[in-house]
Amino acid sequence: MKPLRYLPALGIIAVIIALWWVTALGSLIFPTPLAVVKAIAELAREGTLLQHVYASLYRVTIGYLGALALAIPLGSLMGWFPRWFGAVNPVVQILRPISPIAWIPLAILWFGVGDASPTFLIFLATFFPVVVATASGVHLVEQQYVRAARNFGVNGFKLYQRVIFPAALPNIITGMRVGLGVAWLVVVAAEMVAINSGLGYLIIDARNAGSRYDLVVAGMVIIGIIGFGLDAVMRRLESLEEVRWRYGT
Amino acid sequence: MAPDAKITVRNVSKTFRTGRGGVQALEGIDFQVGEGEFVALVGPSGCGKSTLLNMLAGFDRPDTGEALVDGRPVLAPSRKGVLITQRGSVFPWMNVQRNLGFGVNGMPEAEQESLTRHYIELVGLQGFEQAFPHELSGGMLQRVEVARALMAKPDVLYMDEPFAALDALTRLRMREELIRILERERHTCILVTHDVEEALHLADRILVISTRPGRIQRTVEVDVPHPRRLSSIRLVALREMVLSELGVTQGEDRTARPAVAGTGVQKLTAGWASDN
Repeated sequence: MKPLRYLPALGIIAVIIALWWVTALGSLIFPTPLAVVKAIAELAREGTLLQHVYASLYRVTIGYLGALALAIPLGSLMGWFPRWFGAVNPVVQILRPISPIAWIPLAILWFGVGDASPTFLIFLATFFPVVVATASGVHLVEQQYVRAARNFGVNGFKLYQRVIFPAALPNIITGMRVGLGVAWLVVVAAEMVAINSGLGYLIIDARNAGSRYDLVVAGMVIIGIIGFGLDAVMRRLESLEEVRWRYGT
Repeated sequence: MAPDAKITVRNVSKTFRTGRGGVQALEGIDFQVGEGEFVALVGPSGCGKSTLLNMLAGFDRPDTGEALVDGRPVLAPSRKGVLITQRGSVFPWMNVQRNLGFGVNGMPEAEQESLTRHYIELVGLQGFEQAFPHELSGGMLQRVEVARALMAKPDVLYMDEPFAALDALTRLRMREELIRILERERHTCILVTHDVEEALHLADRILVISTRPGRIQRTVEVDVPHPRRLSSIRLVALREMVLSELGVTQGEDRTARPAVAGTGVQKLTAGWASDN
C-alpha cells in the first residue's frame, strides 16, 4: 500500500532523469546522471562533501535560530499590541521585499568573508516571514480562548505562554517553514559570492577550477535533497497534535 | 428577597456606542439570585442579556447601577464566576485532561489528578482523557467545557446559550446531563437563552427580558420539581405564559388565550421551532 503512494513521484523523477540522460549524451560538457553520481561519490571519498554540507548547515542553523529568537517575540508584540504593530510594521514592510541577495555587498562590508556574512543574510531571510506569520497568528487568536483564560485567572505573561503562543503556533510554524526554505536558498547564493566553503562555494569552485560540470550538478542535487529533508522536518512539526487542529486534521 | 443574596443587580443600564449613535442595551435592571438558585434570562436576540452576564462575570461594566456578587462589584473576571458560551473555549491545543487542569493550575499534581478523574467521570468522558478537541463531537466539547468550569470550583456558573450550537437531540441530552450534574454538585447558575423550553427545563425562575432597551418584563417562578416533563400541564401553561409575554402565541391558542399586545417585542427565535 505505502510504496504505491510514492510511485507517481518516483515515476516523474525517473522520466526527468531519462530525459536528462538523453540530452546529455551528445554533450561534451553537460554531465550525464551517471557522471553526477560518480562526482558525488568522489566528493564523499575525499571527505569534502561532508565538510561543505556541514559548513552550509551550520550557517543556516545559527542564522535561522537567531532569527526565530528575535522574530517570534517581536511578532508576538506586534500581533498583540496595536501600538507595536503601528510602530514596527512599516519598517518590516519596507525591508521585507529587499532580497537578502541584495544585502551581500553590505554584509561583506560589515562582516567580512567569514561565517558571519552568510549567517547574517540567513538571519535577514528568515526574520521577515517569521515576524509576519507570528504577528498575524497572534492577532488572529480567537477571543473566546483569551476570555476563558482570564476567567480562570490567567493573565500577563502566563496568558501568553499558556494560551496566546500555543493558539498562534500553527501560524508561527507555517512562517518557520517558509523561512527555512528561504534560508536554504540564500545560504547557497551567499556562498557563491562571499565564502570559500559550503555547497554554494563547491558549485562556483567546480566551474572556475576546470569546468567540472559534473561537480556543479552534484552540488545542485545535494542542495535539493537537503532542502527536501529540511522541509520534511518542518512538515513533521505541522503534524504534531498540538498544532494539527489549525490545519484541518 | 434576602438582603444577603448571592447576586444582586441593581438599576443596571448599559448603552453601546455604534456608528449611528448609542444603542441602549439595558435599562433599569433589578434582580437578585439566591445561593444555589438557577435563574434563566429569556428574551429575544439583542436584548442585552449576554451583556448582563458579561457584567456579572467581570468582562464588562454597567454604565449606571451595580452588579454585585457576594455584595461586591465584579471588577475583573475570576474563577469565582465562570462563563460558558456557545462558541466554546476548550483549548484545541490541549488534550481533555490538560484542558480540565487549566483552571486549577498550581494545584498539587496528585490532587489535580484525582479531581480530573472525578470530573471526567461526572460528565461521562471516561476514556477520552487523552483525546484532543478536534477528535470530539460538539456535545462532548460542551461536556469538557462544563467539567473544566466546575473543576475550578466557581461560586457561580454563568451560561450564555451554552447548547445553542448543538443539534436538537444533543441539546436535549445536555440539558438532562446538566440537571444530573447540578443535582450532584449544586451551583448558583444564571442561564441566558432564547430557548423558552430550555429555560423551563432547567431554571427555578425565569426573567423575561424585553427587546432594546432590555428591561425585566416579568418574573416567572418555575414551581415544578425535577425531573420535569415538558409536556406536563403546568409547564405547558408556563411556556405559554412566557411566550405570550414575549409577544408570541401559537395559532391554535389564539382563541383561548389572546396575545398580550404592546410588549415591544418584534422578533423571537423560539426554542421548539427549528432553532437558529
